[in-house]
This record gives sequence, C-alpha cells and structure tokens, in this order.
Amino acid sequence: MNELVVVGNGMVGQRLVDALHERDAGSAWRITVIGEESRRAYDRVALSSYFDGVAATELDLVGAGCYDGVHRTLHLDEAVTAIDRSARTVTTSRGRSLRYDALVLATGSAPFVPPVPGRELPGCHVYRTLDDLDAIRAAAEAAARRRGGRAAGMVVGGGLLGLEAARALRLLGMSPHVVELAPRLMPLQVDEGGGALLRRLIEALDVTVHTDCSVRRIECDRGRLLAVLTNELELDLDLVVFSAGVRPRDELARRAGLPAGPRGGIEIDASCRTPDERIYAIGECAALDGLSYGLVAPGYAMAEVVADRLSGGSAVFGGADTSTKLKLLGVDVASFGDAHARTPGALEVTVNDPVEQTYAKLVVSDDATTLLGGILVGDASRYPMLRPLVGAALAGDPVGLIAPRGSAAADAITMPDTAQVCSCHAVTKGAIREAIAVSALTDVPGVKSCTKAGTGCGSCVPLLKNLLAESGVPMSTALCEHFGHSRAELFDIVRVTGITTFTELVQRHGTGRGCDICKPAVASILASQSRAGHVLDGEQAALQDTNDHFLANIQRNGTYSVVPRIPGGEITPDKLLVIAEVARDFALYTKITGGQRIDLFGARVEQLPLIWKRLVDAGFESGHAYGKAVRTVKSCVGSTWCRYGVQDSVSLAIELELRYRGLRAPHKIKAAVSGCARECAEAQSKDVGIIATEHGWNLYVGGNGGFRPRHADLLLTDVDTATLIRTVDRFLMFYVRTADRLERTASWVAALDGGIDYLRAVLVDDSLGICEDLDAAMAKHVESYADEWAGVLDDPERLSRFVSFVNAPGVPDPSVQFRTARGQRTPA
Amino acid sequence: MTAWTRVCEYTDLLPERGVAALVAGEQVALFRTFDGMLHVIGNRDPFTGAFVLARGIVGTRGGAPTVASPLFKQVFDLRTGECVTEAGAAVPVHDVRCVDGVVEVRLRAP
Ligand code: SRM
Ligand SMILES: Cc1cc2nc3c(=O)[nH]c(=O)nc-3n(C[C@H](O)[C@H](O)[C@H](O)COP(=O)(O)OP(=O)(O)OC[C@H]3O[C@@H](n4cnc5c(N)ncnc54)[C@H](O)[C@@H]3O)c2cc1C
Ligand code: SF4
Ligand code: FES
Repeated sequence: MNELVVVGNGMVGQRLVDALHERDAGSAWRITVIGEESRRAYDRVALSSYFDGVAATELDLVGAGCYDGVHRTLHLDEAVTAIDRSARTVTTSRGRSLRYDALVLATGSAPFVPPVPGRELPGCHVYRTLDDLDAIRAAAEAAARRRGGRAAGMVVGGGLLGLEAARALRLLGMSPHVVELAPRLMPLQVDEGGGALLRRLIEALDVTVHTDCSVRRIECDRGRLLAVLTNELELDLDLVVFSAGVRPRDELARRAGLPAGPRGGIEIDASCRTPDERIYAIGECAALDGLSYGLVAPGYAMAEVVADRLSGGSAVFGGADTSTKLKLLGVDVASFGDAHARTPGALEVTVNDPVEQTYAKLVVSDDATTLLGGILVGDASRYPMLRPLVGAALAGDPVGLIAPRGSAAADAITMPDTAQVCSCHAVTKGAIREAIAVSALTDVPGVKSCTKAGTGCGSCVPLLKNLLAESGVPMSTALCEHFGHSRAELFDIVRVTGITTFTELVQRHGTGRGCDICKPAVASILASQSRAGHVLDGEQAALQDTNDHFLANIQRNGTYSVVPRIPGGEITPDKLLVIAEVARDFALYTKITGGQRIDLFGARVEQLPLIWKRLVDAGFESGHAYGKAVRTVKSCVGSTWCRYGVQDSVSLAIELELRYRGLRAPHKIKAAVSGCARECAEAQSKDVGIIATEHGWNLYVGGNGGFRPRHADLLLTDVDTATLIRTVDRFLMFYVRTADRLERTASWVAALDGGIDYLRAVLVDDSLGICEDLDAAMAKHVESYADEWAGVLDDPERLSRFVSFVNAPGVPDPSVQFRTARGQRTPA
Repeated sequence: MTAWTRVCEYTDLLPERGVAALVAGEQVALFRTFDGMLHVIGNRDPFTGAFVLARGIVGTRGGAPTVASPLFKQVFDLRTGECVTEAGAAVPVHDVRCVDGVVEVRLRAP
C-alpha cells in the first residue's frame, strides 16, 4: 500500500480525502492528514455564520467514520515543519517523521496584515479560523463589560472578507469602521457604479466607510487602541480586525526548494503537481500560471484532479470561475465572469435604479450576442440565472436580462444545456436535466445527492428548483393525480383510520381508480402495517406490480426469474443440489447474484408454481427479490473460519435476514455483516451495515451501492447484539413509516434535518417518544411473517392466476423463444 | 373481421386484474375495470415487443381507464389503445361483449 501524506486539514485537504475515498482506488493509499488547527476541517466559507449562532459542530466537514478505519488517519494540533524531498519524509512540530509516496500540500492561506506600526498590539485580530472568531468574540465581550456599553471596532480592508468581518462586528453589537485603500468597496468585484451604491447601502447599516485611505499607525491608549488614518482621522477603538487580503501559505514548500509564483503560491502545473513529481499542491496555497484562487470552488476542483491522478487518471485543472455572490450585512452583491469588461471590445449595459436601490451591469461581446459577465448590487436574485449564461449566446436584447422586475424578458430566459449551473461542483444544466430524467428525481435534495449541485455555496439551489419544474416535475409532495398526499401522509392516514383496502382509501381520500404509482405504494403501506393478508388476496392482488403479483421478477421477454432466500449466503450442499435439479429440469438460466444467492431465469408464468413447489418442499422460501422489501443480509465467514474475524458475522447475518424477511418498505433494503474491519461483506455500502469490533458491533446506516453510491453513516459503536438489533428494528420501522415512495435509506438519511445525530437521538434516546411504537410494529412484523410462496401453493384460488391464457391454460406463450449461450438458455 | 370467440366467464375476471387470452391465434389482454366494464387490447407491449400488457396495473388517468405496461410503465388508454405517456404509440383495440355471463372477443381488422 502507498503512503499519502496531506498537509493541512482545511476545506480543500478534506475534500481530497473524501474524493479519494469515493474512488475505488482510494484503498490503494494509506492517508495521513496533518492539520495545524485544533479542529478538524470545517466550513470556512460559512465561518461568519458562527456569529449567527451556528455551532462549530454544524460547520464540521468531516463525514462520520472518515478517519475511523485503518487507512485514514488525522492528526490535529500538529504542523508539518519540514519536507525532506530526497528521503521523502516530512517532519512535524511534534517530532514525528512520516514517509510518503505522494505528498499533497493543502496549507491554504494566511491573512495578510499590512505593515502598520502597532499591528502586534493586543486587540488586533485576523479573521480566518474559528479560533480567530472566538478571540474576537471574547475581546468584544470583555470590552463591552469594561466600558459598560458598546465596544468600538475597525476593520482594515473593504473587500469581500473585510465586509464579512464588519458584519461580524455588527452582530457583536458594534458600529464598525471599514478602512479601504481603493476608491470603492470590494474593488475586485464591483465597478464604480456598483461600489457607489454598495457604499450607500452599507452606510445605511451603521457602518462608517473610509475609502481612499489606510491606517498610519495604531497605538495603545490606556488599555484601548487609537488608530490614526492617512486622512488624519483618529479612531478610538477596542479592537481591530485585519482583513486586507490573504497570502498563500507557501513557506513550507519554499523551504523545501519548491518554486513559488511571482505573487506567492506554490507553483503547480495543470495536474496540480509541483516540479517535484511526488508533491502536489491544492487550494489557496497553490498557484497555476502565477495565479492563486481565494475561493473554495477552484480548490475543490484541484482536489478532484489530484484524487483522479492518484487513482491513475489524467484529469487536469483548467482554471476556475471566480464569480461570487454575497449577502453582506443584508445587502446583495454579485459579480461574475468578466465583470470589469476587460475583454477587448466588450460592451457594458447598465441599469441603475435609484428608487429601488439596485444597480445591475452586464458585460457583453462587441456584437452584443454573448454574455461575458456582470455585476449586481442591491438585488442579486438574478445571479443564479445569469451566471450560467456566461459564454452563451443571448436570445434577445441584453437589457431584458436586467430589466426591472416583472418584465417578462427576464424571467423567460432558457439556458443552453452546456451552461454551468453549479460552479462549486462544475455541474452543467445538461447533466442536471439528465439526472432528473434518469433517476426520476422529484426534489432538490434528490438533485443535490445525485449531482452534488447545490451542495457547495448553495447559490444555485433556486435554479435547481427551476430545472426540476422545467423538466416537468411537479413540485408538490402529492403521490400522483389520485392522491394529494405524500407517502408518509398516506401511511399516517391508514394507520389512524384503520382503512384496510385501496378502494376505501381512494374513495375517502383520493380520486379515480389509482395507477401504477399509488397502487403499489398503498399496497406497501397496507403490507407494512400487516393489514393486508396475503399479497394475492382479493383487491390486494390488483395493486401489485407484476413482480409482486407473480412473486417473481419480470424479464425483458416477459418471463420471470426465481430467487430463493439463502439467508446470509450460507447454504448446504443438499440444498444446492435441489436448486441445481430444479434449474436443470426447467432449463432455467442460472447465475450467482451480487447478493450472495442464486437467480434462476426464464420461467414462464405457468411454470412458477411448479418450480416453487419443489423449492418450498425442499425448505426454501421466497427471497423477495421482486419486492420493495428486505433483500439480502450479506455476510463474510467471520470468526468461525477467518483468522481475522472477531465476531460470528454469519450467525448475526442469518438472524437479521430471518428477522426482517418479508418486511415491505418504500424501497428495497439491503444489509451486510462483516466479521472485522477488513469489511469483506461491504457493509458500509448497505442500508444497514454492521462491522464486528473487539467489543461488539458498529452499526452503519444509509449506505447505497447502485446508481449513486453512498457510504453509510456510523450510528452506533461497540454495542452488544441486543442493542444492535433493537436499533436496527427502530431504524427500519422509522424509515418504513416516514420515507417517500421509492426513496432508499441513503437519500432518506441524507435528507433528514439534523442528519445522523438526529437519527441517533430518535432511535437511541427516544427524543420523539416513538420508540415503543416502532418496537411494537417490528414485533408485529416478525410475528406475522409467513412465506408468500408457500401461501400461494396452498391455495387453489391464488394458484389459478398463474396461467398463460385464460382460455388456453395448456398453451405456453408462443412469443417466448430462447437461444443457447455458453451452455445455457437465454432470451432469443 | 373474425367471428366472436368465447373466452371465459365474466366471473372469472377480477376487477382491475387483466388476463391474457388467445383469440384466432392472436394474444389479447382482457380487463374488467372497477365499474364492471370490459376492455380488450393487444397483449403486445409496443415498446419492448414482449406480450405482457395483461399483467400491468389497471387504473385511471383523468377519466380514462388505463393499464401501465409492467416493463417500463408506459400507460395505455383501454378505450382507444393510445399511449397516454408517449404520444404516437398505440396498441390495437378489440371488441368485447358479455352474453349470458360469457365474455366474447372479436378481433378488429388492423
Ligand atoms: C440479479 C442481480 C444482478 C446479478 O446478476 O448479480 C440484480 C438484478 C437486478 N437488479 Fe440489482 N441486482 C443484484 C444486485 C444488486 C446490487 C449488489 C448487492 O445487492 O450487493 C446492487 C447495488 C447495491 C444497492 O442496491 O445499493 C444493485 C442495484 C440495483 C439498483 C439500483 C438501486 C439504487 O439504489 O441505486 C436497481 C434499480 C432499482 O431497484 O430501482 C436494481 C434493480 C435490479 C433488477 C430488479 C431490475 C429489474 O427491475 O428488472 C434486476 C432484476 C433481478 C431479477 O430479475 O432477479 N439493482 N443490484 C443481483 C441480485 C441480488 C440478489 O440476490 O438479490
Ligand atoms: C470569512 C471567510 C469567508 C469566506 N467566504 C468565501 C465564500 O463565500 N466563497 C468562497 O469560495 N470562499 C470563501 N472563503 C475562502 C475559503 O474559505 C477558502 O478558499 C478555502 O477555505 C480554501 O481551502 P484550503 O483548504 O485551501 O485552505 P484552508 O481552509 O485555509 O485550510 C488550510 C489548512 O491548512 C493548515 N495548515 C497550514 N500550514 C500547515 C502546516 N504546515 N502543517 C499542517 N497544517 C497546516 C491551516 O491551519 C488550515 O487549517 C472565505 C474565507 C473566509 C476566511
Ligand atoms: S471481514 Fe474480516 S472476518 Fe470477515 S472475511 Fe474479511 S477479513 Fe475475515
Ligand atoms: S454554485 Fe455553489 S453550490 Fe452550486
């Protein structure tokens, strides 16, 4: 295994670890991350929300379990102090020496503090880390106590970060001064016109703005600070925040002899590699073509590039979008693309509305056909719409795009499929539309989890809603045209009213006679409340998808597959012989599935009962491969045979599979049990994953393979078997009751407000007081389970449905034809 | 036009559950809707070529009685055979009647 050392556990360094983890090849690297801060990676972009009452834990960016395994280790409060490139080692502040095969520098930047005399005085702060914010808060509170009133503060720098710092000081109860060297605020983002309006709006918020000036010196004055500005103004202050830009932290690399760009930053090429082929640099500390980016999106893109490279790929970083949108002190500001019209021949179109206090500028190509960039101040609501249009041909007059509200032109813009909707994750409109169509996405959380769009700064979220609407997705939670309710609501209606049939439900609470969406959903709701009897009885049968209706999976030629349950994947040779004989006698194509059991394909409707008769007689039962139900509980051999196993994973897997077999759910449920941390059963990709520990079991939930793989979240650590099973009971029942139709646990868990901590509170601490109810529901399920196939074979009425033609039961469907491939029958 | 063919008893049909039948060598799908009406369409799913429509879920769209193909869920109007989810596609519709409790089907010329 190769050793990867990552220096810095900031936003970008953590993204690299996650990105590598998401790729298969992640397992080829043992990753050691060294972070200088005392906290693990957190959302620095949302740093200021700390002053809005958001807890530090909510800003945490490290997924549960990320550093639990043996392949990823995180050391905090420790800095890398030197790199020895010939020995390929790094040394840390704690005296540790680590060898690397690849080294990634993700050291970020440090706030730039201009050389103002007095800048070292107590009371002078920077604004970069949570610790900085704690220090600012403490200073503000101490000053307020000392003075018995408002503290006074000054921010040096009127750029993006400076205004964020000013906002922080406002939240701490001060009326801050902002000192900016340039003639306007946010000189990098906005132009003169926008800057003028921005200044008016900001001053209206009790912030004093000093432009065209700087700080001459800061002095200590009887426990307070006295700042003298170049315009000779003297300010009496309790604290100063320097926020005059950042400098890439390239010092470590420089000391190791790696070259830095002209304006600082570790030089990298498009593969994010430094001239030393074993060393990469990503994020704010890196400079491509002399340019370093002070935004997180380009850093994320670099992290993806390096993850790809470390996995043997050849991705390149091609520069990035530096668009920004902010709500500064409640004032909207956005700037995107070529905001300053630097493209030769570029034209500017400006709409300045002094009454509404809005300013908008678009930069277009010399023939006014292509949008190049723009600036919005006062109202940035059109930013998500406009930014993706950069580079795209404009349909009509550009003024229409920024014309005052309500004018039709602005709202009817349609973007081309190539337009980038989410710049944080480089997702195009085309990709989102495709995801909506392919995965039948119906809401924003779905789009987020499927495409990652909207999971960065969040500014594209309104656009995601539009795209869903544009794709014809009704944005209501109604199940279908027959019910105005969501699945969860119908579940409650059924539970409270005691309704037992679809007809009664649709007559009392819906319209029409249902469809292929609501009928199976209602069938599942009735089944999971044990209200339904056998799936093929009476009206119940008419609700089932053909798979449930014939208790088998339909194939593309209209035949069915047969999957007997093989709990935990454990099977005796005698039982294997039975399967083999049945398969041979009915000439069924036979395949070992990905779920540790055996699938027999090509059975015609009228053969199903004959096949199952033989299987049931030999002690097999339905494997529910056709149902939105519990599928398999995969196991590894565990402590019985494996020299590494620490618990009996097979016994537990069998116990769980037998316990939950037949449970009907919004979607299929898969589980796995591994006998040790080597995880041969791939439990972390399952809805319910269990990994043995020396002391018991770790329980993971919400994993998924399939279309959009998701690693499960760690719910419980080191619990005994009884606690484990009780918690899985509750987890499954809570999911069955509240998830939406066709929602796997992965997206359900991901969309839970409060995430895994909330889930733990509900399932372990019983924060909603529903555990007794969930336990009772599961007990009822376990007790009422009966094999569905045995139930068919015993009942002539149910059996009578398994015929090819109602008027010619002896005639097999003549359209079903086979050919032979590798010695077995496959559809012709 | 072919003659009427006896297919089954009306009571053999359960509401909203289709059956397949062989009529003059053709596979048809026969349905009894919730209101007691009978409908017959071709059993072949035009999207896949598989003879499976009798095994679809029966319901309504607006006022129309429908069946959804069990393979990819395209929905067909039982009265006209037209696909309501993908314009342009259709399945044949045949005549059906109930005489003294016996269901009879007659193929319509294509
Ligand atoms: C037979 C099998 C493939 C094989 O040859 O190994 C299979 C076959 C089918 N899979 Fe699968 N899946 C099989 C293992 C898997 C696995 C692997 C696993 O279970 O360990 C996965 C990824 C794990 C997961 O689910 O998270 C998998 C992810 C899917 C998905 C995507 C689910 C998702 O959440 O993205 C679908 C589509 C769906 O369910 O909507 C699917 C759907 C299907 C269906 C039911 C498609 C269909 O409707 O016709 C296939 C028909 C099965 C049949 O006729 O019996 N199958 N499928 C495997 C049966 C396992 C079993 O014993 O029950
Ligand atoms: C208040 C504020 C608001 C922001 N708003 C936005 C915004 O709206 N949009 C946007 O795109 N960006 C914004 N940013 C910028 C964004 O936070 C950065 O671009 C992003 O954090 C860069 O990630 P990084 O991993 O490169 O650096 P960082 O997140 O700074 O991480 C670098 C880490 O490396 C550690 N480190 C450095 N040297 C060593 C060493 N030798 N050994 C060990 N560890 C080391 C540092 O302590 C730090 O924890 C904002 C930043 C701030 C401060
Ligand atoms: S997960 Fe552990 S116990 Fe199970 S087979 Fe793999 S190495 Fe052995
Ligand atoms: S643009 Fe930032 S999350 Fe999409």
